[in-house]
Amino acid sequence: MWQLIRHGLNGKKPFQRMWRTHTLKDSYDVVIIGGGVHGLAAAYYLARDHGITNVAVLEKRYIGSGGSGRNTTIIRSNYLTPEGVAFYDESVKLYEELSLDLNFNVMFSQRGHLTLAHNDSSVRTMRWRAEVNQIQGVNSRLIYPDEIAKLCPHLDLSDHPRYPILAALYHPPGGIIRHDAVVWGYARGADQRGVHIHQMTEVTGIDVEHGRVAGVQTSRGKIKTGVVLNATAGWCTLIADMAGVRLPITTHPLQATVTEALKPFLDTVIVSGSLHVYVSQSDRGELVMGASIDPYTSYSLDSTLGFLESLSGHMIELFPFLSRVKILRQWAGVCDMTVDYSPIMGYTPVEGFLVDVGWGTYGFKAGPVSGKRMAELIATHKTPELLKPFRLSRFEEGRLVGEKGAASVGH
Amino acid sequence: MILLTCPNCGQRNVSEFRFGGETVQRPSPTETTRATWAEYLYMRKNVLGVQSEWWYHGACGCWFIAERHTKTQEILETYFLPEK
Repeated sequence: MWQLIRHGLNGKKPFQRMWRTHTLKDSYDVVIIGGGVHGLAAAYYLARDHGITNVAVLEKRYIGSGGSGRNTTIIRSNYLTPEGVAFYDESVKLYEELSLDLNFNVMFSQRGHLTLAHNDSSVRTMRWRAEVNQIQGVNSRLIYPDEIAKLCPHLDLSDHPRYPILAALYHPPGGIIRHDAVVWGYARGADQRGVHIHQMTEVTGIDVEHGRVAGVQTSRGKIKTGVVLNATAGWCTLIADMAGVRLPITTHPLQATVTEALKPFLDTVIVSGSLHVYVSQSDRGELVMGASIDPYTSYSLDSTLGFLESLSGHMIELFPFLSRVKILRQWAGVCDMTVDYSPIMGYTPVEGFLVDVGWGTYGFKAGPVSGKRMAELIATHKTPELLKPFRLSRFEEGRLVGEKGAASVGH
Repeated sequence: MILLTCPNCGQRNVSEFRFGGETVQRPSPTETTRATWAEYLYMRKNVLGVQSEWWYHGACGCWFIAERHTKTQEILETYFLPEK
């Protein structure tokens, strides 16, 4: 603290900038479009694991201004399909080591994650999910109201609500994280290894010659490159259009909201698929809440009253004592939804144009693993086993993944 | 977006309606290859701008088309699919 006062008085800046600003070079080996967790993680692992440092990350606004700064920071791996579980489990493991790896505290709090079941069919699905998870070595099991009451005594576990709580899928390694710290940490780590991070740099066109990527046009000038990675989430169709690649994606807004700060009472993450609501309490005491995507496609970042009404109603059903608590703010991000609630990663028909998109409402929790595996794909030109199920050509082949463990979407 | 105009019933709250996705051209069943079928089923323009899209009004059971801007949410026009 004395240091802080001293530096405050003498006007010097005690802390270095987290990453440098650079002039845009004429050419890069790899250009990553999108400065969110996926793009920055890919840049970081390209530099750290594969020695490819002549990389540019282009961000239209500022680092983490898209979905990476707008999500509700829940990390878990208790998905339903074997492909999904394997993928998200590696991500959770990377997140567990991330603070050490980046030498930056990302405040990952593995406080336990409860997915509530309100009817017999949900209980059956939860049991199914628990079995799939356990076979793959993920800590996940079904618990009943007696045990739920010990973990979260504030839930209304009586038979009074319209949808009483019958059971829950308990996933102890699930938790929340400081999302800004994750993007800043990755950006710093990538910058230290020579990656150029260009903020306020909008991509305006992609040059394709003879079916190959030749360069990228930006608001700050042209770049020659042979490899472009599209990691732009909700805006990915617009970027893919520039390269002439068609994507099976629609963009939906997903809203979230926080209440005023309360005393700490909730030390688990509570999710209810039937009521379309998820909630956790942040370190500041605010309840961070989200629900399902808006029911029509849009690029709008506006908040709606309809969302707030339905979310509040469901929250009060779970926690009746919250009825007098005030909402502090509400915001929206845009999600790139696919029909099978699974991402699209890998090559496209245009050579050198790769995608890491379709992350919908579940992208943040998968940032590290998709960054790492996309970096591996770019460096080795071989598709890692984990990415194979999520190829773009699966739609034409009729091999959809069908991840019904995804949140924020109706199934 | 708060209000939507049903060509049958007039202006109603958007919560009465269901979104049916952007309009797509169904390929001829006799000439369909895997690629054109996948294109029709899955690939979407997902435009940032005015989009021609399907809506269903639960109150009267009508499907109709709306021309809506996907960013500003402005609805330019709503109409029934013209009969051929």
